[in-house]
Amino acid sequence: MKLKPGLPPARNLIIAVPWFWLALFFLLPFLFVLKISLSEPTLAQPPYMDLIREIEDGFVTLVINFSNYQLLLEDSLYLSALWGSLKVAGISTLFCLLIGYPMAYAIARSPVHWRLPLLMLIILPFWTSFLIRIYAWIGILKTNGLLNNLLMGMGLIDSPLEIMHTPIAVYIGVVYNYLPFVVLPLYATLIRLDLTLLEAAADLGCRPWKQFLLITLPLSMPGVLAGSMLVFIPVMGEFVIPDLLGGPNTLMLGKLMWTEFFSNKDWPLASSLAALLLVALILPFVLLRHFERRAEEAST
Amino acid sequence: MNRVRQFKPEEPWQAPEEEPIVRIENVTKRFGAFYAVDDISLHIHQGEFFSLLGSSGCGKTTLLRMLAGFETPTSGQIFIDGQDVTNIPPYERPVNMMFQSYALFPHMNVADNIAFGLKQEGMAKSERQDRVAELLSLVQIEQLAKRKPHQLSGGQRQRVALARSLAKHPKILLLDEPLGALDKKLREQTQFELVNIQERLGITFVVVTHDQEEAMTMSSRIALMHEGRIEQVDPPRRLYEFPSTRYAASFIGSVNLFDGYVVQQDDDQVLVQCDEADSLLQVRHSQPLVPGMAVTLALRPEKVRVLKDFDEEAPNQLRGQIKEIAYLGDVSIYHVQLPGGKWVQFTQPNVQALAEQPLTWDEEVTLGWSANSCGVLTE
Amino acid sequence: MKRRMPLLISILLFGYAFLYIPIASLIVYSFNESRLVTVWSGFSTKWYGELLQNDQLLGAAWLSVQIAALTASLSVVLGTLAALALVRFRRFRGRGSLEVMVTAPLVMPEVIIGLSLLLLFVAMETVIGWPAGRGMNTIVIAHTTFAMAYVAVVVQSRLAHMDLSLEEAALDLGARPLKVFFTITLPIIAPALVAGWLLAFTLSLDDLVVASFVSGPGATTLPMVVYSSVRLGVSPEINALATIIVGLVSVAVLIAGFILWRQEKRNSMDSN
Repeated sequence: MKLKPGLPPARNLIIAVPWFWLALFFLLPFLFVLKISLSEPTLAQPPYMDLIREIEDGFVTLVINFSNYQLLLEDSLYLSALWGSLKVAGISTLFCLLIGYPMAYAIARSPVHWRLPLLMLIILPFWTSFLIRIYAWIGILKTNGLLNNLLMGMGLIDSPLEIMHTPIAVYIGVVYNYLPFVVLPLYATLIRLDLTLLEAAADLGCRPWKQFLLITLPLSMPGVLAGSMLVFIPVMGEFVIPDLLGGPNTLMLGKLMWTEFFSNKDWPLASSLAALLLVALILPFVLLRHFERRAEEAST
Repeated sequence: MNRVRQFKPEEPWQAPEEEPIVRIENVTKRFGAFYAVDDISLHIHQGEFFSLLGSSGCGKTTLLRMLAGFETPTSGQIFIDGQDVTNIPPYERPVNMMFQSYALFPHMNVADNIAFGLKQEGMAKSERQDRVAELLSLVQIEQLAKRKPHQLSGGQRQRVALARSLAKHPKILLLDEPLGALDKKLREQTQFELVNIQERLGITFVVVTHDQEEAMTMSSRIALMHEGRIEQVDPPRRLYEFPSTRYAASFIGSVNLFDGYVVQQDDDQVLVQCDEADSLLQVRHSQPLVPGMAVTLALRPEKVRVLKDFDEEAPNQLRGQIKEIAYLGDVSIYHVQLPGGKWVQFTQPNVQALAEQPLTWDEEVTLGWSANSCGVLTE
Repeated sequence: MKRRMPLLISILLFGYAFLYIPIASLIVYSFNESRLVTVWSGFSTKWYGELLQNDQLLGAAWLSVQIAALTASLSVVLGTLAALALVRFRRFRGRGSLEVMVTAPLVMPEVIIGLSLLLLFVAMETVIGWPAGRGMNTIVIAHTTFAMAYVAVVVQSRLAHMDLSLEEAALDLGARPLKVFFTITLPIIAPALVAGWLLAFTLSLDDLVVASFVSGPGATTLPMVVYSSVRLGVSPEINALATIIVGLVSVAVLIAGFILWRQEKRNSMDSN
C-alpha cells in the first residue's frame, strides 16, 4: 500500500520475482515428478522413456504407463513402507509432544530474564549439523556403545541391549532432532496465554490441574497442531534417520525412494513413490494451513 | 474547559475574500462500502490552530491523512495555498505531519531525525546543522542531540517529533493526537507550549484529537466530526454555548434537551411550549422562526439556578425532586426528576466547605435560568 | 504456582540433558586416543591433526561454505521480496499461490524437493541446454528454493511488527519511496535479514538429501562426505569435526548473545 504512489512497477517486481522463482523451482518440478512417474524405465541417460515419442516421420504418440502405480499397489513392500512412515511419524510426533509440551510450559512459566537463554538452548543444537546429531546417537546406542557400556558397568544388565538398528533407535533419533519444532510453536502460544484467565478459573473454584485441562490445554491447541504438523510431515519423508539408525526392516517411504533412485536407478518408480508420498501429505498440510489461519485469527 | 483561548480580534475565517491556506472541496473517501469521509468541504485559514474533533471512527484521521497525502480522496479536491494537491504524493507536498506514535526513526539519533527532511531537500551540511540547532533550542532539548529515540522519555520524544516536522518550514503542520501518548500532567503543560510555538512561528496547525478539553484549550476553531461528516465548525466558546445540532450539544460537556414548538417570536425573544416544563420556555435567538415549528432547546447544567419560589407568571421554570447527587469536589451534580418522568441535571459550585442548608435527596426544588443561557437546535 | 516449581525445573533439566548429552559425548570422545570411539584410552588431539590432513573433507567443506554463502545471500533477497509482497500488499493476483509456495517448503520432505528439482534440471538441460551438467549452481538453486521460505518467515514477522508510520514519516519529510526503503525500512528490518542469512547459511551447510539429488559428479559437499564415512562406521575424525562445528556455533551464539545483552544493558542505563 505504502509504496504505491507512482510506483506500480516496483510493486509488480516485488511480487513477480519470488513468485516466478518458486513457480519455476518449487511448483513446476512436481509436474515433472508426475510425468516421469508415468513413464517406463530404461537403461539410458536419463534412465526413462519420454512420454511423447516419435514412431515414424511426423507421427507422434503419447505413451502413458501406469505400471509403476500398479506395482506400488500390488507389491506389499510399498504399502508397508507407507504404513511404516505413518507409524513412525505418528508415534514420534506423540513423543515430541509429550516431551516438548512440558518443556515449553516450563520455559513459558520461568522468570522473564530466563526465557531467552532457555529458548536459545533449545535452538542451539539445531544450528549444529543434523548428520552429526544422528551420528552422536550411533555412538551411544550401538551394541558396544556408551549406553550399553554404562548400564553394564553399573551392573544393571548382563548382556548389551539391542537398540541400534531397531524402530526404537529411529524414534529416539526423530524425537531428538525434531523436538525444537514442537517446543517453539508451543512456547509461542503458551506465552500469549492471558494468565488472568487462570486466576479467573481459580477464583471460580477450579483446582490447578483442572485449570490446565480446561483453560491452558484448549487454548494451546493451535500450538499443539502447528508443532505436530512441523514434525509429522517432514518425518513422513525422512531418509537419513531410518537409514543410519534403523535396520533393514525399518520400512519408510523416504528411504525406499532413495534406494529406488540411487541403488536401482529406477527414476520412474522413485517418482511414483514421491507422488504417493505427496498425496499422503496433502491432507495434513491442508489441515496445518487451516489451523494456522485459525490461530492467526485468534491472536488478532 | 474553562480556559477558552482568547483570539485576536481579526478572525481570519471571517474574511471571505482571502484565499484560505487549506481548501477542501466536497471530499469523499470510501473504503469499500464504508464512507470514512462523506462529502466534506472546509476552509482553514493562514495562522489558525484548527482542530478536527470527534470520537474514533468519525473520519478525522482519514481527513488528516488526505491532507498529508497518504490517502487519495475517492472524489473531491484539496487545495493547499491555492495549489491543487489532490493527486500529489506526500513527499512533494508543502505540509509536514507529527505522528501519533511520533514515528521517530529508531536507528538515527535526535539530530539525524530532525535533519532527515532537510537532507531530502539537499540542504548543505553546515546550513543543516544550524537549522537543527535552531530547532533543538526551539523545543528546548539541545542537550539530547546525540541520543537515540529509545533513550528518550515520552515528553522528549514528543519534542523531537515536533522539531522534525517543523524543520522544513511547512505551510501547514498536521498533528495526529499530538498529546495522546503523554500522561495527564505533562499533557496540560504541553498544550500551552504547543500554542506558544504555533503563535511564534505563525504556521497553520491542523490537529486531530478525540479529547474535547484539549481541543477547547488550544484551538482557534474546532470542526466537530461525526460519521464522516462535519457537525459544526466554530470557535470553542461558540461550539460550547451555541451548539447547532443535538450531537454537537451532547458531545461537548453535558446538556439538558427540551423538545417543543415555537409559540411566538418578538425580535430575538422566542417563546417555546414544552410539554415537560411547568412554564413556557423563553430563549434568545436572532434567526427568524415560524410559530408552530419544532425546536429543541439545549441547556447546560451549570446555567441552572435553584429558585426560592415558583412564579406562575415567569418563563423558564421547572419543578422536580432531587434523586441523585454526585459530589465532585469543586462542584456537585444533581439529577432531578420532573413529575412527567423527565430527568434534568444541574450543577452547583461548592462555594463553602460547610454549606448551611445543602440540597439533599428527595428535596423538592424549583429550577430556573435566564433566556440568554439556552441554545436553540433547529435540526 | 510456587509448589509446581520443582516439577518444572526437573522437566527442564531432563529435557536439556536429553538435548545435550549426545553432543557432550561427541566432544569428549573426539579427544580419545583410541580409534574405538567408545573406549576411553587417554587424552589426545591426534584426530584433529588427521582431520586437517584430510584433503577430500577439507575440499568438501570449502565447497559447502561457498554454496551456503551464495544460497544465504540469494535467499535473503528473494525471501525479503516475498515477505514484502505478503505483508505490504494486501490484495494481488497470485497472493494465495505465493502464500502456499512460501510455506510449503518449510515442511516438504527433502527427498521430494531433491527428486523433483533433479527431474526439472534434467528436463531443462535437454530442452534449453541449461544448466549444462549439475554441480554447484544446481545445488545453490535447490537450496535457495527452500531456504528463502525460512527467510520469508523471519522477515515477515519483523515487517509485520514494524510501525508503518515510520515510512509515512519519511515520505512526509520528502523522501521518495525507493529512498524510504533503503534509508528507513532496510535498516529497521536488518536484524531479521542477518538472522535469515545465518539460518539459510546453516540450512544449506547442513543439507545432505537435496544436495545428493541435484549435485553432479564433480561437486561433493561436506554432508555427503560425512554421510559416506558415517555409513562405514563411527570414526573419531567425525567426532573432531563435530566438536569444531559445535565450537564455532557456540562462539557465534555467545557473541550474538553478548551483543544483545550489552545493547539491553545500555538501553536500560540510558533510560534511567
